[in-house]
Amino acid sequence: MNNAIAFRTLVSKETKRFIRIWPQTLLPPAITTALYFLIFGKLIGGRLGDIHGVSYMDYIVPGIILMSVISHSYANVVSSFYSTKFQRNIEELLVAPVPNWIILAGYVTGGIVRGVLVGTVVAGISMLFDPLECQNVYIALSIALLTAILFSLAGFINAVLAESFDDISIIPNFVLTPLSYLGGVFYSAAMLSDTWQTISMGNPILYMVNAFRYGLIGVSDVDVPLAFAITGGFIVVLTAFSLYLLHRGTGIKN
Amino acid sequence: MSMNALSIKNLRKTYQNGFEAVKGIDLDVEAGDFFALLGPNGAGKSTVIGIVSSLVNASSGSVSIFGHDLYKARNLAKTCLGLVPQEVNFNQFDTAKSIVLNMAGYYGMPRKLALQRTEHCLKKMDLWDKRDTISRRLSGGMKRRVMIARAMVHSPKLLILDEPTAGVDIEIRRSMWQTMKQVNEEGTTIILTTHYLEEAESLCRNIAIIDQGRIVEHSDMKSLLARLHIDHFILDLARPLAQAPVIDGYLIERVDNTILNVAVPKALGLNRLFSGLSEQNIEVTSLKNKSNRLEQLFMDLIDAKKPEGRDE
Repeated sequence: MNNAIAFRTLVSKETKRFIRIWPQTLLPPAITTALYFLIFGKLIGGRLGDIHGVSYMDYIVPGIILMSVISHSYANVVSSFYSTKFQRNIEELLVAPVPNWIILAGYVTGGIVRGVLVGTVVAGISMLFDPLECQNVYIALSIALLTAILFSLAGFINAVLAESFDDISIIPNFVLTPLSYLGGVFYSAAMLSDTWQTISMGNPILYMVNAFRYGLIGVSDVDVPLAFAITGGFIVVLTAFSLYLLHRGTGIKN
Repeated sequence: MSMNALSIKNLRKTYQNGFEAVKGIDLDVEAGDFFALLGPNGAGKSTVIGIVSSLVNASSGSVSIFGHDLYKARNLAKTCLGLVPQEVNFNQFDTAKSIVLNMAGYYGMPRKLALQRTEHCLKKMDLWDKRDTISRRLSGGMKRRVMIARAMVHSPKLLILDEPTAGVDIEIRRSMWQTMKQVNEEGTTIILTTHYLEEAESLCRNIAIIDQGRIVEHSDMKSLLARLHIDHFILDLARPLAQAPVIDGYLIERVDNTILNVAVPKALGLNRLFSGLSEQNIEVTSLKNKSNRLEQLFMDLIDAKKPEGRDE
């Protein structure tokens, strides 16, 4: 009961935080993705023809929605938890009887809420250009949710280990963005050479993007159950590692 | 025998760089006490408070708060404790009310009760009018009071105040002393660390002095102060003097031509001093205790324990 109140407090605080700064958190993805849809989907995509039997615009919509979920769930947790560490507000949680798993669940839920909210905004923007299909709502929603959990956890670990503001921008800029762009958002892996296809299969984001695309338009380059297994596996590993870091007090206790 | 609010046994802390900040401390603080934990900078006070507050991992030893072991019954121990840290550590973009209210939530307090306690604590700290002000716009003294309100929102049985009045002007400091006294009188045990020794002397009943990671003194304030052999007084004179008078047994210095600084051995007392001054036709208009007595004792203790050649 007490843990439920602590959890609710933490989630409410996290949600209010990003909503309070909506011009920094909700508006930019709406503008950026509107430009993606206009330039890549309509202006260039109109000349590219179909991929797997669907228009280029329809093909890229799922990837762009999921890319927004990935980047915003990650960004929410990494910036919020690092600021909490930096300003030493984390001491409020350490002094109080809040178990480590509630701290983790609270921040991750904050990341999920922002990721899913941004994903919804981006989906809404896409509907200004083309109607949004949904072949299997359960697959689409569950993989989006699992992806938000996974990248919230990754953002949490980044924030715990970060020692400066530079450290919280290195992973998003030099790892997350390239993996997202190379994760089949704008193209099908089948369009690549065999070597690049093999390399692409090592990119976990490719599985999530394709599973989400399968949920929306019924097209995928990968085995969908395998995509769920990979995403779930990463979640288990990152959850265990996050709890280990919290238990040790890494980055937050002397 | 009354229960200890805090019981520390053989506590040790060695940081990763090899620095041994706490070297086997034993400390008991009785329930209801107003206790001073003093020591020079780097003595280990903050490390001890950090361990008790779960902000620092101990290397070894045990801590129990109102009988609850910090490692075996962590949540129960934490529920008994409130901490006012040395530095402002709340989110400065939050309002005073949300800072206190969120803390109540972390302690698992239902919303209705949390709102009542938040209002009570902010009113007690004279901050209710500022409840919706973004905290970074509050003055330094107000920020400290927000931290006290936050620490008290769950009605802790033990309140640790780590230099709560540092950098606060004298008016606010005195008002905070009143509040702390009141909180203690209402039954909350208080542990205070401070650099204002006058504060410790006027508020606290018991005291521990920590230096180089060890307790060098642990007793009640009265018996500690009774160990002082000399008091210092400032005398204001009715008429100017060209030079300091000489009276056997007393060390008298002229501060200026109408002010004297006198070291008075307790064995001799003040009567003999005044007789000597009267014989020399020196009229005293007022006197006051020169310096904080505890400060003098503190320096004596720290100096006495200082090993030769210690690098300051």
